[in-house]
Amino acid sequence: MNLQRFQPKNAATLSRRGFLKVAAGTSAGLMLGVNLSGVQAQGAVDSNLEFNAFVSISPDNQVRVLIKHLEMGQGIYTGLATCVADEMDAAWEQVVCEHAPADVGKYANLFMGMQGTGGSTGMANSYMQMRQAGAAARAMLVTAAAQQWGVPATQIQVSNGELSHGNHKASFGELAIAASALSAPAADSLTLKSPADFKFIGKAAATRKDSGKQDGTAIYTQDIKLPGMLTAVVAHAPRFGAKLKSFDGSAALAIDGVSQVFAIDSGVAVVAKDYWTATKGRNALVLEWDEAQAETRGSAQILQEYRALVETPGLVAESEGDVGGTLAAASDVVETVFEFPYLAHAQMEPVNCVAQVDGNKAQLWYGCQSPTGDQAAVAALIGAQPSDVVINTVFAGGGFGRRANPQSDYVMEAARIAKEVQGVPVKLVWSREDDMQGGYYRPAYVHKLSAALGSDGLPNAMQVRVAGQSIMKGTFMEETIVGGIDLTSLEGLVELPYHVEQRQVELHTTETGVPVQWWRSVGNTHTAFSKEVFIDSLARKAGQDPVAYRLALLENNPRETAVLKLAAEKAQWGTKELPEGWGRGVAVHSSFGSTVAEIVDVSVDGDRFKVERVVAAIDCGVAVNPDIVRAQVEGGIAYGLSAALEDELTLTDGKVDQTNFHNYRVLRMNSMPEVEVHILASNNAPSGVGEPGTPPIAPAVANALTAATGKPFNRLPLKLA
Amino acid sequence: MAYSLTINGTTHEVDVDGDMPLLWFVRDHLNFTGTKFGCGLAQCGACTMHVDGVATRTCVLTVEAAQGKNITTIEGLESPQSRAVQQAWVELQVPQCGYCQSGQVMSASALLTQNPDPSDADIDAAMSGNICRCGTYSRIKAGIKMAAKDMKNVGGNA
Repeated sequence: MNLQRFQPKNAATLSRRGFLKVAAGTSAGLMLGVNLSGVQAQGAVDSNLEFNAFVSISPDNQVRVLIKHLEMGQGIYTGLATCVADEMDAAWEQVVCEHAPADVGKYANLFMGMQGTGGSTGMANSYMQMRQAGAAARAMLVTAAAQQWGVPATQIQVSNGELSHGNHKASFGELAIAASALSAPAADSLTLKSPADFKFIGKAAATRKDSGKQDGTAIYTQDIKLPGMLTAVVAHAPRFGAKLKSFDGSAALAIDGVSQVFAIDSGVAVVAKDYWTATKGRNALVLEWDEAQAETRGSAQILQEYRALVETPGLVAESEGDVGGTLAAASDVVETVFEFPYLAHAQMEPVNCVAQVDGNKAQLWYGCQSPTGDQAAVAALIGAQPSDVVINTVFAGGGFGRRANPQSDYVMEAARIAKEVQGVPVKLVWSREDDMQGGYYRPAYVHKLSAALGSDGLPNAMQVRVAGQSIMKGTFMEETIVGGIDLTSLEGLVELPYHVEQRQVELHTTETGVPVQWWRSVGNTHTAFSKEVFIDSLARKAGQDPVAYRLALLENNPRETAVLKLAAEKAQWGTKELPEGWGRGVAVHSSFGSTVAEIVDVSVDGDRFKVERVVAAIDCGVAVNPDIVRAQVEGGIAYGLSAALEDELTLTDGKVDQTNFHNYRVLRMNSMPEVEVHILASNNAPSGVGEPGTPPIAPAVANALTAATGKPFNRLPLKLA
Repeated sequence: MAYSLTINGTTHEVDVDGDMPLLWFVRDHLNFTGTKFGCGLAQCGACTMHVDGVATRTCVLTVEAAQGKNITTIEGLESPQSRAVQQAWVELQVPQCGYCQSGQVMSASALLTQNPDPSDADIDAAMSGNICRCGTYSRIKAGIKMAAKDMKNVGGNA
């Protein structure tokens, strides 16, 4: 999800005071970064005693941190716990994490104004909030100790989960009951640590808190088992936009264990005692579809239409100088057309959701990425208030954008089925085929970039035209489209980091029946490619080194300059000799507040090639957990490399051609390069980490292939032959 | 129809359709949910179990065909190789979303049982059937090497 526009432009450099002001200004419910009102847990003393909305401590000395973001592999459990534990001076081993409930008043994403995970904002919006939550809990513990021991609070030491003064000593747990009964300190009374005092933030890896993933004990939606639970699968239409005309479920109902078959908005649901039986029931359905409104174009036709569109002027999103005039007058214009296919997210856990509806109450269990949106949608379905919809969030088996669906598509499908079934939990399971063919893809795009070079070889005018579907249109975020421009189609190509005096960026927003959605790094998945491949072609035209050429254009951009220089230095750009037949390419791109440069070595053998090595550098502000930052850049590279080498979703006559991993091919271990990640030291506030590693990899590989072969590479996935 | 399956050393008399994949029997009927469903087509490896010691995709292995075999799920792993793999996984912080990792651990420990000192090419060959969309491949490879080394050290000390 791209939420950059909701972020303060200079988020990376805001002071703490400034941050709180910005956070307070986003929505009335968010006046404080932390809901500091302590509400003591009721019941037994061994329960968690609440210090604030995020921190509770049990008498047996466990610090529980509630995580307002979905843990889907990005390490947000660990990251947010790190901030809390550091300010509390807790022992890392005593900290456990749990997903927070759906409660926008307490757990809103401060950049979004609603509870949700996306746009690589998890750490960026929570950094100060979680530190405050930890500092507030610590202050309450200190006050309780001061009262018990009759000593000044200022003289009490806190270290490694223990408070001490002279001969007095107490664990957090021993003070939990007394401390949690105190009123919470005012946010502005808290003193946060200076970076020099950090024990966990920015330090060597602490063990991840999303444990149980090496022994199968971690629980995902697919693993939820509740008393009386049934399993549902849905037969979806073969083409997007088709409607159910009629169905015969009698053969399905005759199967032992199939309990119900009924139509819902999105198809025909089969409810059974287990998945295998439900699948057999679905296979036995007789279905007839009304395809009058269905999309029947193939992706080849759609792309052909886009290629024609980029030859015509689009809506102007950005204009500086007289680009048209300069290009018309230039003796030599560099022009390139780029093509990008639809992409499926293909996260390892196909989408799924457990739902139970009892009249106008609902409860859901799943890897929930958009609690506020999903809660409102389900509440509207069952005629209830959002607070009547309880969401229990579990780990998600990957997301990459798919789980933050603005239509709450599969969540609503589960809720509709549960509403029909009533009174028992129903687990909706999508097969891989359902997931692959179920839509909400990264849109296909065509770009055309044109530039004229000045006598110094640098571009003095550049025109960009993009054609493709809008991700925001038709969603609750449609209001972000201003003047017909959905910036998620263009981000990365507007406000170019490179100094080009005259620029014009134009957009053709197209309509198709193919549902689209954000995909790890959103618009940057394609804009970084055309920008960085095009810049390389300009450098070649000018006969200049690609890194030096970029640095010349980045003269007024110290951040990209520093990151690019770091990557170039670590990769020994220009000094390291490559084996015969190898090529080397570079790309640098900023997204989600961070900047990443990647330098790639490829080996070419006939019409085959292999990405051998990637050296990456990232500036993401403070790297709260450097090992997780590295892991996210490694993973972001792998995800982007998959799209560079393999991923391609096509449609024939409106039907999706790919069904599963045998024909939607993704990166496997034998294609994974060596990856080396370097983190730029920074004291700026943390910015995005989950997505920014993805955009530079495909253009860096394409540039490396061009270096090796002399051929241009203008479409993804990259093919030599 | 009744079938007899030996899973993690315990024999289960089961009455399900013989064409039910072992994966779904284990997940839905035995409630061992460590083994994951990823594709249903033996393409991704998330469902990997050890069948007579061999890493096997159980989303396409029927209950009927699994009769008489010695089946181990991630819940039943106890070989020194698998312990070393799991320890390396934690140490190197291999998992991200973790959904594929049960299958990765099963494939990795089967590899080390057969080949205590795998080369990069051996690892690629044994592990390329297991997809990880989070892209933890480098750490998986490093984890296998670390586990192999740990096993060797244990062996050397014995």
